[in-house]
Amino acid sequence: MLTITNLHASVGDRPILKGIDLSIKAGEVHAIMGPNGSGKSTLSYILAGREGYTVTEGSVTYKGEDLLALPPERRAAAGVFLAFQYPVEIPGVSNSTFLKTALNAVRRQRGEAELDAMQFLKLARTKCKQLGMTDEMLKRAVNVGFSGGEKKRNDILQMALLDPRLTILDETDSGLDIDALRIVADGVNSLRGPERAMLVITHYQRLLSYIVPDHVHVLAFGKIQRSGGKELALELEARGYAEFGVNEAA
Amino acid sequence: MTWLNTLRSAGRARFAELGFPKVRQEDWRFTNLGALERTLFLPASPASALVAVDALPSVTPSHRLVFVNGGFRADLSAASERPDGVIIGSLAAVMASHPALVEAHLGQRADDAGHGPLALNTAHLADGAVLYVPKGVYLDKPVELVMIGAGGHEPLSWHPRLLVVLEERAGATLIEHHFSLGDGAATFSNGVSEITLGTGARLRHYKAQRENAAAFHLSTLSGRLEHDACYEGFLLTLGARLSRNEVRLVLAGPGAEAKLSGAYLLRGEQLGDTTTVIDHASPRCTSQQLFKGVIDDKAQGVFQGKVLVRPNAQKTDARQLSRALLLSDDARIDAKPELEIHADDVKCSHGATAGDLDEDAMFYLRARGIDRDGARALLIGAYVNEAIAEISSEPVREAFEALADHWLRS
Repeated sequence: MLTITNLHASVGDRPILKGIDLSIKAGEVHAIMGPNGSGKSTLSYILAGREGYTVTEGSVTYKGEDLLALPPERRAAAGVFLAFQYPVEIPGVSNSTFLKTALNAVRRQRGEAELDAMQFLKLARTKCKQLGMTDEMLKRAVNVGFSGGEKKRNDILQMALLDPRLTILDETDSGLDIDALRIVADGVNSLRGPERAMLVITHYQRLLSYIVPDHVHVLAFGKIQRSGGKELALELEARGYAEFGVNEAA
Repeated sequence: MTWLNTLRSAGRARFAELGFPKVRQEDWRFTNLGALERTLFLPASPASALVAVDALPSVTPSHRLVFVNGGFRADLSAASERPDGVIIGSLAAVMASHPALVEAHLGQRADDAGHGPLALNTAHLADGAVLYVPKGVYLDKPVELVMIGAGGHEPLSWHPRLLVVLEERAGATLIEHHFSLGDGAATFSNGVSEITLGTGARLRHYKAQRENAAAFHLSTLSGRLEHDACYEGFLLTLGARLSRNEVRLVLAGPGAEAKLSGAYLLRGEQLGDTTTVIDHASPRCTSQQLFKGVIDDKAQGVFQGKVLVRPNAQKTDARQLSRALLLSDDARIDAKPELEIHADDVKCSHGATAGDLDEDAMFYLRARGIDRDGARALLIGAYVNEAIAEISSEPVREAFEALADHWLRS
């Protein structure tokens, strides 16, 4: 589904990614673990199409297509979904307006009929129920005044509505207490399936106890240093990133 | 009427002395009237063209007064006699039917501003609108003024005068809707409004201006608020090549309250000027101002807001905020907030910000499938609606949101 080959990228003149190779098949869950500044967030932003990053070498192919050539909205329509580390607050735009606009934009691009207000509301309420959320958050302005957990759940709700094929979870655990983490992880797990792939980006092993990956990769200094199974995450939890030459204050 | 002729001659003499304001005058330094001054305007004759009245869709007015090129059109208006002493009509008609009332109030408020365009309006004083609400009467449905510009082959000008008098504890909602019919030669609408609010009177006054790209639109409003009177004003500016809304309110009685807000959406080479002067002349008065601008292309926004707190105006609460969204590198905002405080026990705040669209929010929306234009429209709409939310009348709020939304999509 996703093939990243020798990806190099910079922000301004500063190289961040220095040759990433990664291949993800449908149905797989991959985790990328790495210390602060290793390039984890840069990778997720490049995959989602954020401006301000320059790919200097390498390629990213998604379902046989050059992903890097597409603007962010086309990537979303093609099934790429980034769950944000810090979901953005948008005052003055109600969550339901935002979700309906996004869903219809994606449906339009996919050649599907747009939903009217009633159809949308019905679908949104169903998804909320499935994810164990109240539909009260549909009425509020996008993420404004939401707790950390509510913001992440709102992102998962967007994911459930937009029905992506490749989901990138960027530090989804940051700012969540253990209960919120469990709820978000349950939401993510309910969306796992043989036709979907996930890339879970995290600093800590904690999240991976709830969203159990098939493959774990260690990212440091802009390169994947080591790959393995889910046991690699536990090893990192016990020993830290020191063996990769990273010196993190505890 | 001799008093009217006297007023007009005084206006002519005053305009001969002052002329049009120049950019070297502090109050006009950002707004250059050169192009206006160089255009030779003919006074518009009462237009007889048949026009369709494009009223605000969700507003049902109790009375509607329609003017074409400044001339009252009884055939398009709906104003019925009222038994409760309320007077709604064209200035010319009310001058004939209630001369003493008009004489008592006309020219009383508008002297203080004293600039050229105001004097020019007085020199041409002939028609306009009157809203008079007697003591204790509350008009629940709005009164709508529809001011239509129908440009011809030659530049035309008109100088409407609006007179609003709300007696003690009276209440009313007044909507002004200014727009052009098609294109044509330049037009110059030079309106003056005089507003008197008696003790405890409440006026809601909403104005939408969407004249065409050949229009010059100047408007000078002077208001006086007595004890506990309340003025809620909103200015929506979408049109005209050059426009200026100048609002001067004197909070003359204790406890008077002014809520003045607006949104200006400018593109192309438009200039939109909002100038406000709130004069806190009495204790315990409050003023709240929020103005938001969206400026694209080479357009220019101007916001000058002065708050004056006189020595006896203790316990004043005055807030003012000007925000502008600049959508292009050539877009420009000149903001000049000004506080002049002569009392010591007051709460005053002001702020002016300018910026562009939040990049994080843009990316968030695009990452959810909404294209760049759609994301921009959503964010700008939300930004503007935050100002429009200040309008307390729900149908007017919805109508103004629809006008702003239409601008964003065109």
